[in-house]
Amino acid sequence: MKKIINDPATVVTEALHGMAAAHPDLRVHTDPAYVVRADAPIRGRVAVISGGGSGHEPLHCGFVGPGMLTAACPGPVFTSPTPDQVQAAVASADGGAGVLLLVKNYTGDVLNFETAAELLAADGVDVRTVIVDDDVAVRDSLFTAGRRGVAGTLPVEKIVGAAAESGADLDTCERLARTVVASVRTMGLALTPCTVPHAGEPSFTLGEDEIEIGIGIHGEPGREKTRLAPAQDLVRKLLQPVLDDLEWQQGDRVLLFSNSMGGTPLIELYLAHGSAAALLTERGLLVERSLVGPYVTSLEMQGISLTLLRLTDELIEWWDAPVSTPALRWGR
Amino acid sequence: MSCDGAGTAAAWLRVAEVVREHRDELVMLDREIGDGDHGENLRRGFDMVADRLTSAEDDTPRAVLRLVASTLISTVGGAAGPLYGTALLRAGNAIGDRPVLDAAAVAAALTAAVEGVVARGRAEPGDKTMVDALQPAASAAVAASERGATIAEVLAEASAAADAGAHATVPLIARKGRASYLGERSAGHLDPGARSTALILASLAASAASWRPAGQAEGTDQGGPTGPSIAPGEDA
Repeated sequence: MKKIINDPATVVTEALHGMAAAHPDLRVHTDPAYVVRADAPIRGRVAVISGGGSGHEPLHCGFVGPGMLTAACPGPVFTSPTPDQVQAAVASADGGAGVLLLVKNYTGDVLNFETAAELLAADGVDVRTVIVDDDVAVRDSLFTAGRRGVAGTLPVEKIVGAAAESGADLDTCERLARTVVASVRTMGLALTPCTVPHAGEPSFTLGEDEIEIGIGIHGEPGREKTRLAPAQDLVRKLLQPVLDDLEWQQGDRVLLFSNSMGGTPLIELYLAHGSAAALLTERGLLVERSLVGPYVTSLEMQGISLTLLRLTDELIEWWDAPVSTPALRWGR
Repeated sequence: MSCDGAGTAAAWLRVAEVVREHRDELVMLDREIGDGDHGENLRRGFDMVADRLTSAEDDTPRAVLRLVASTLISTVGGAAGPLYGTALLRAGNAIGDRPVLDAAAVAAALTAAVEGVVARGRAEPGDKTMVDALQPAASAAVAASERGATIAEVLAEASAAADAGAHATVPLIARKGRASYLGERSAGHLDPGARSTALILASLAASAASWRPAGQAEGTDQGGPTGPSIAPGEDA
């Protein structure tokens, strides 16, 4: 294992200290660990809070700031945060207008946020939870833990965060979150595994010309191991199940989000994005918004995911609204 | 040692050591079909349990279980934190505030624990999870307790059933947790959660082997149960 670290046990804490040094407009706590925008709590605004295992940077802490998340809780690498982290984040972020928890559908995240929500509700906090499950790789959710929450989490956080920033109430924020979850789908692939610092060796193995199709954001599989192929074939392989999963109409407007799993450079990402945009245009969809970059990663894993969000005027308005976070910033 | 608060605390201190000893094995099992953090997460939680338990000598068994539960919930994360935490909270509620445990209380605690895990994790027997170890353990404990077994015998039978249940997960296809995404590829592997459950029960059973039945205080004769293996309250 070759990594720029001091001690596998203190990676997350040390990274949070670095984040505090780099971003004075965030308040960073390490025990329990959470990141909150410095001007929180904001009276009368819904607090939008997410979190999950570390190792997916900039998700979630990099999306804390005006126009997006109020606070985020980072767990250990690839492990969900604990309920007391969520409770502490809520205590620092709750402006009295209610709290919306955005949770990726992974068993650990769901159980810990569910426990936190029960404890918060018992304390009289108006707390709602929306589970994000955008990954189409998991075929039959009746026999699994259900579809995972992956890169589609970003548009959910962006759109709901914009609405909360504008003063939308908790019911509106919750409804909007459910609308985006219902309209967003993702599929990803891995070219290489990644190495979790405390494990010291790669979490799975892939042959030199082998790829894993339908991964979650830890490299866990969903569909098959297969041979590496030209980019246009890979893009087709990722987009087809996404297109099959929702009923798309000719002329539907979409956000196309091409995401690096961490180790894939922008040149490959843009190449894939161009290929995906051309394929969608061929199918009669209008790519009205794009996002390209490493936003929902798995440490140093090489690979990409493609996310499609069906847009409406309302969703476009919230997507375009100003955002000012360490990793996503536009419009102001 | 008896099965009072101090005995319960000592038993969980030993569990913490066992978890540490098996940390790498659990990491390895989890890497095969999950994400490889189960051993590390449990070690982190039980190291904190060991720190906090050293000052718990005057507590009731229930207070010890609550302390272990809240420590695991706030330090383990993943699925294991809330699942083990819920199991121990429910187990503590089932035994109530009695100062010393008996066989029936242990059986009731295990039954409540498995009900808690099933409710929280929404997993059923056969899903290739810790339920596959905990459910047979609870059933074996209830059967042994109803036969009039001692607390040590109840835990020994629960431990044996948990171990068999864990090994029976090997051919199963996972339907819960991260291993479920592997589908058929999850078959042929021991479930790490079932394995850690079996390890914890084996450790508790080993500790219980030195416990006296409830009502028999150490070094005194308080006119406890007439038979060596029947504790008061069991025939209620």
